Amino acid sequence: MPKLIAKTPLSGLWPVTHRDLSLSEVALDRITSVAPFRGQEKALAKALKPLGLAFLAPNSFAEKAGVRLVWTGRDQAFLINAVLETPAAALTDQSDGWACLRLEGAGAADVLMRLYPLDLRAQVFAPGQAARAGLNHMASVLMRTETAFELLVFRSMARTAWAEIAEAMQHVAARRAL
Amino acid sequence: MRIAGKGLTDPSVPVGFRFDGRDYVGQAGDTLASALLANGVKLVGRSFKYHRPRGVLTAGSEEPNALVEVLEEGGQRTPNVRATVQELYPGLAARSQNRFPTLGFDLLALNDLAAPLLGAGFYYKTFMWPRHFWEGLYEPLIRRAAGLGSLSRQHDAAAYEKAYAFCDLLVIGAGPAGLVAALEAGRAGADVILADEDARMGGRLLSETLVLEGRPGMEWVTSVLAELESLPNVRLMPRTTVTGAYDHGTYGALERVGLHLAPRPYLPRECFWRIVAKQAILAAGALERPVAFENNDRPGIMLASAVRSYLNRYGVAPGRRVTVFTNNEEARRTARDLMAAGVPVAAIIDARPHASAVEDCPVYTGATVINTRGRKGLSHITVRHGGGEALIETDCLAISGGWNPTLHLTCHRNGRPLWNEALAAFVPAPGAVPGLEPAGAAAGIMSTAACLASGQRAARGALEALGRKPAAIRLPAAEDAPYVIQALWQVPHAPGLWRRAWLDFANDVTVKDVKLAAQENFVSVEHMKRYTTQGMAPDQGKNSNVAALAVLADATGRSVAETGVTTFRPPYTPVSIAAMGAGGRGTGFAPQRFLTSHTASVERGAPMIEAGLWYRAGYFPRPGEADWRTACDREVRMVRERAGVCDVSTLGKIDIQGADAGRFLDFVYANTFSTLPVGRVRYGLMLRDDGHVMDDGTAARLADGHFVMTTTTAAAGQVMRHLDFVQQAFCADWDLRLMSVTEAWAQFAVAGPRARALLASVLDAPPDLPFMGCAPVLVHGVKGRLFRISFSGEEGYEIAVPARYGEALFRDLLARAEVLGGGPYGMEALNVLRIEKGFLTHAELHGRTTAFDLGLGRMISAGKDCIGKAASQRPGLTGPEREQLVGLRPQTEAPLTAGAHLFVPGEEVGRAQDQGYTTSVCYSPTLGSWLALGFLKNGRARQGEVIRVVDHLRAVDVLCEVCDPVFYDREGEKLRA
Repeated sequence: MPKLIAKTPLSGLWPVTHRDLSLSEVALDRITSVAPFRGQEKALAKALKPLGLAFLAPNSFAEKAGVRLVWTGRDQAFLINAVLETPAAALTDQSDGWACLRLEGAGAADVLMRLYPLDLRAQVFAPGQAARAGLNHMASVLMRTETAFELLVFRSMARTAWAEIAEAMQHVAARRAL
Repeated sequence: MRIAGKGLTDPSVPVGFRFDGRDYVGQAGDTLASALLANGVKLVGRSFKYHRPRGVLTAGSEEPNALVEVLEEGGQRTPNVRATVQELYPGLAARSQNRFPTLGFDLLALNDLAAPLLGAGFYYKTFMWPRHFWEGLYEPLIRRAAGLGSLSRQHDAAAYEKAYAFCDLLVIGAGPAGLVAALEAGRAGADVILADEDARMGGRLLSETLVLEGRPGMEWVTSVLAELESLPNVRLMPRTTVTGAYDHGTYGALERVGLHLAPRPYLPRECFWRIVAKQAILAAGALERPVAFENNDRPGIMLASAVRSYLNRYGVAPGRRVTVFTNNEEARRTARDLMAAGVPVAAIIDARPHASAVEDCPVYTGATVINTRGRKGLSHITVRHGGGEALIETDCLAISGGWNPTLHLTCHRNGRPLWNEALAAFVPAPGAVPGLEPAGAAAGIMSTAACLASGQRAARGALEALGRKPAAIRLPAAEDAPYVIQALWQVPHAPGLWRRAWLDFANDVTVKDVKLAAQENFVSVEHMKRYTTQGMAPDQGKNSNVAALAVLADATGRSVAETGVTTFRPPYTPVSIAAMGAGGRGTGFAPQRFLTSHTASVERGAPMIEAGLWYRAGYFPRPGEADWRTACDREVRMVRERAGVCDVSTLGKIDIQGADAGRFLDFVYANTFSTLPVGRVRYGLMLRDDGHVMDDGTAARLADGHFVMTTTTAAAGQVMRHLDFVQQAFCADWDLRLMSVTEAWAQFAVAGPRARALLASVLDAPPDLPFMGCAPVLVHGVKGRLFRISFSGEEGYEIAVPARYGEALFRDLLARAEVLGGGPYGMEALNVLRIEKGFLTHAELHGRTTAFDLGLGRMISAGKDCIGKAASQRPGLTGPEREQLVGLRPQTEAPLTAGAHLFVPGEEVGRAQDQGYTTSVCYSPTLGSWLALGFLKNGRARQGEVIRVVDHLRAVDVLCEVCDPVFYDREGEKLRA
């Protein structure tokens, strides 16, 4: 039987690096949107417990043993890299709907503050924080980990997001070279 | 002329540059203006209207005269660059503008001779007849004669950027007040941004010989800047002009990132910042203003403060024998500084009768300059004093009419400044912009010591608002001389046709023009401005506003305070569109959405059509096919006879879950979905709340409380937004969850008589679905979904797999389809197939059509309520007066066009006789005829009639038979096969 080859949203693109600043694609195995059904918050909390996670406050995410839960909207979160089965929430497979980009290195916040109208300085947007915000003209989910920014954009627009971040990186790098 | 040992430029770093084709050498730290002056170049431009020779007037961003074009490689150029702002860099090439053929010999200087004819309002009065000559003849001529720099007519492909910044305190201006404010707040731990439009911070301290704490002012500036740089919470932004004050503490600012350097790859020329500040301090200083007297616009006449700047900051003497004309004490520093540097000063002409006459040069008190000589460079001035008139030989006249606080930003939210009689200037109104506190000269505080104290006071106010303790820095001792001024706006001159005293150098507006405006009853300052164009040049009246309205006040017998001031609006200085639109050129204008089949389609030579943000294949040309129609006709026949594959992933897909999912669909769709069995799909019609059709689509029931809705491509975003709104506004307590899954699935239409055979070869089990059925399937072992729906009229399926497998499945389907005599089809064929079948798109669902118009009135279920139902029953939305969907078939082979209008044959063709219009047309290879869908008044009752289709724009006039909109397989036998 023939086998269908899977491709990541940004397949064929190599990481972009300017000194210690680098942009790369993160291949996420699985994204599931989790939205608790009416009155099911407690049942959902119970279902999340084995993962060591709890449903989140807005603009934050939590990670445990490689499994991440990120707030993405009203009564809605994305569960990344884990399987959850529960009748307590509407679960929708979003694994293929989003591309994940990672930007790391000194100046990453400067780069992103050319595209996001957000205050991303570390004292304001600290590790563990997330935002559902526009990346230039695109919908996105932005997260700050201890070492990097990771952001989700629509799969179809991933190449535009990549190009725009890469361009901002070039500008920041050219400024630093002065 | 450079003076050894003076200035902050670096003589050890010579910088070569070109101006008007000649090579010169300046020094590192020079502006183009200071370098030209150092090389003895006084004539740098021609005036806007009269083409008068002009030289450098100022040393700052308010420069009205010295506008040049900076030339770049490849014929690119930037016009209207202020030579006083443009920093020198090796290889800088610039040229003068608005002259022909050369700066020295300008033919249009004839305008100056015609000056008596060219006063304010001249064009409006003169070029009245014949009326239609204005656009074709007069305006182009006038535009050519008057003007600024010229555009390269090339795209500006250089890099620009936009960026955001946030801070506790934004300090605008890095003079004494701004530096103190930044230091006070910086030491207190606040996040501070200090922005200054100059390349070098320090403000007037760079240009004066002031002493702070017993040391040269520059030493204090250097030490403060060093400390600010060392503070991690302070960000210095030189070359950054804060151009606008907006709501909620947001400021626009333009940074010159690379304009002071030879172009280098990826370095932005400019950056447009949006700075959000909890508090802000406006320490932008003040602008010196000229005095209007006859022929006050000659090269060599400069502001006194500019003369000091060139002398003290750039080490350049702007003349060999300088005179000073002032109405205030401070400008006398100019003469003292010049003499101390060894530059002869011919005289000080002080308009104040009781001013001191004790200087090391001749002083005329109670005197005025009444005229000047020297066409391309000042040679003499005529002075009137108590004892008569004197002719003084001088090549540089430094003038000062006092200072205007730079309060523009305080007016950006509609604040009006207040007149201060003692300063003879407007000062900012308190609280004009919430959170923005003026300090120093911008607040009308003129001595250095008072400016320092004012900066500290403003910073403490901001710190208190931020809930921080003051740092209590110690202020340096500084001069605290009172500001002594006697208002002087104009020196009257004798009447005479060619006698003029300039107010607005940039737009060639004279005292005479303002008086004429008053005489012709343009007495409001706003009317005067527009009648004379005073203040409408790139400098926006920075040099002329207050003087012009003072002249107007005088001419109308009012006080300056009564006359008021025109409105200052953003931007403070010009902002290039390229910076504000950074990143938006070409494909940067909007995100590009690519399908998983994109690469495979492009490899097959398919031209991509933009559909919203998506890129979709138009058609798949084969060798030998001459045009798109040939390819399209083949693809249509292929689908009708064999099998075709088309990427339809752009359709909106919405996952709907919850116990109330069916109930919700009943509410948002006109027809009923709660009764749909699991495993079935239903066509649905969605109304807006005004009763018109919003969108059509399908919903499939995957499980009891689980549907997946499909929308059109065009309305995918709109429908998602609508559903979110309905849920939150009307169904907040329902058990319901919505989620867009458009991006998650790659979905392909497989249609045609051999579609089933094609699908059987990729599915793990042969498809066995009734028409409008759906089922989970395994596609080469991958979990997918299969829907039996058709947008072509053939037996049709849509097969969906997770998007990561989209490209692989598309390639696999094409290869298999080709074995069966089929292949891919694009948007063109998709459109033809659906028109043949009478299926709708947003060409028909264009927002003004109702379900009744579309022949779908019966889809609005009688047994339940839905959004838009009540409104759809309003009078006028149903009935024979409505334009109703019909099909149109021409009686000849003539082509049809969409957007053509319908008329009754034999009747007049006019707006009043309009019977309807066409929305979609195609050539149908299946039926061998052109076909159209359109809307015709009472159309359903008029089938069989002949109607005239007229397209006035494209010269189409065809008789068509009105018929059913379904041209092909009306009974739907093929669909259900």
